[in-house]
Amino acid sequence: MFALIDGNNFYVSCERVFNPALAHTPVVVLSNNDGCVVARSNEVKALGVKMGVPWYQIRELAEKHGIRAFSSNYSLYADMSSRMMNVLAAYSPEQEVYSIDECFLGLEGFARRDLAAYAQRMRQQVRQWVGIPVCVGIAQTKTLAKLANHCAKKNLAGEEGVCDLTRLDETERARVFAALPVNEVWGVGRRLTEQLNQRGIQSVEDLRRSDPETLRQAFSVVLERTVRELNGVSCLSLEAVAPNKREIMSSRSFGAYVYDLPGLAEAVALYVGRAAEKLRRQGSLAGMLQVYIRTNPFKANAPQYQRGLTIPLPEASDDTPRLIRAAHWGLRRIYKPGYAYQKAGVALLDLRPRAQAQLGLFSNNENRGALMQVMDRINATYGSGTLRSAAEGVRQGWRMKRERKSPAYTTCWDELPEVG
Amino acid sequence: MHSAFIPPARSPGRIPLPLFASRIPAGFPSPADDYVEARLDLNELLVQRQEATYFLRVKGDSMQGAGIHPGDLIVVDRSIEAQDGSVVVAEVDGALTIKRLRLGSGAPELHPDNPAYPVIRFKEGQELRIWGVVTSSVHTVR
Repeated sequence: MFALIDGNNFYVSCERVFNPALAHTPVVVLSNNDGCVVARSNEVKALGVKMGVPWYQIRELAEKHGIRAFSSNYSLYADMSSRMMNVLAAYSPEQEVYSIDECFLGLEGFARRDLAAYAQRMRQQVRQWVGIPVCVGIAQTKTLAKLANHCAKKNLAGEEGVCDLTRLDETERARVFAALPVNEVWGVGRRLTEQLNQRGIQSVEDLRRSDPETLRQAFSVVLERTVRELNGVSCLSLEAVAPNKREIMSSRSFGAYVYDLPGLAEAVALYVGRAAEKLRRQGSLAGMLQVYIRTNPFKANAPQYQRGLTIPLPEASDDTPRLIRAAHWGLRRIYKPGYAYQKAGVALLDLRPRAQAQLGLFSNNENRGALMQVMDRINATYGSGTLRSAAEGVRQGWRMKRERKSPAYTTCWDELPEVG
Repeated sequence: MHSAFIPPARSPGRIPLPLFASRIPAGFPSPADDYVEARLDLNELLVQRQEATYFLRVKGDSMQGAGIHPGDLIVVDRSIEAQDGSVVVAEVDGALTIKRLRLGSGAPELHPDNPAYPVIRFKEGQELRIWGVVTSSVHTVR
């Protein structure tokens, strides 16, 4: 038995905790560079604004209806997320944090409890302690728990933000599933939906009644598992500990176009710095580094260029200056003047545990582990980028736009919420 | 000339300070004071439930009678149920305000601890939303 707990309009809810004036106001949160809508309050959904639409397309609508827009405030959302996850962790010995705003709980051995009432207690506690409204879906499998959560959120079954699918009888469940389009199923994306529709599989109920063997042959073992999960046979277990990443990427669109090599070099150095910090946090070394740059593909009349290069490192490393050196070496080889660059990125690849490190024959074995440790600690304390490689630049004219960001209410002494 | 090396600050999460067992009169310290008994962490005193605790900054002087002054940092625990007399953070007219909750005369009221401010009363149908209960304030003296 599984529960899936999901924060309602999570980013919007985080903003509302510290700004009660937003309670009944339509609110959107925008992606990096204030580009697209990544979270919407119910009021905004009711206005027909879709997920992912570019902000400039709804500016007029926003003006007309008084929609408040915020830049993504990731330090706030990350802190609120960890509070929410910690509160929920007390409800089960098994928890899988699936994303910033949702987690699974294993409810094996809780079967004799009134699970709907148990879920109501979770909701109530997260709401009171953290300030975030959540919905809970309960079912025999993770795939069904996801659907149950959707039902709870949309008020299709269950009550007051909790839906326990095991409580529905056969006909009731068939009615609910028949009304849900198949793309609501976990892992069924747009292309697969089209293919399933062509086979006459339109609703969740259609998919549930399909023959898993046939679908395995036509599609994949993954879809077969999904069908079994829809029928109450648990095939996916909880992944309690997030596995270490096999590659680490860091890339951003620029706030303004960058034309010259020094500007790109600064940006690339910053991204390497961020990626290397993550690399050290998970205790890995990178054996290869990839760097890429591109122009804006949506500006059709401008000259287009994009290029990437993967650089094998002479010796696996987690040392920021050394990785920056490699990235700059690659950047100089792919850079062409005369283009308006809109995005750059780096990826650290071929990751391996630091414990398995091999020293290169020609390495001078400079050990900067202590320096890297100090750097990471200072940045954790005083905000990221406080201490950085000089290569990252001081001016950073290309830095992304975050004009509408709310304060870092919970993670910065100078930005605490004010109370009159 | 020597310049002093300033070490980097550590994470502010835990700041243990030594506690000495005996009082120190002006004059000779007790030899027992060589034995440090415990290390104290202010978080332990100020934060009972981490997940439910937020720090806020006080703006006005409406609670000066309670010793809470402009610029003070207050510790707010959202897990605590507010009672008559609790100092609370409440949502009033779309903003957060710090006041003392009074439940005595039927309808709840928010009382300032400063005669210069009015008591906040709620009309029929108006809802009082308590944001959290204030458990301590930190007043910096310099």
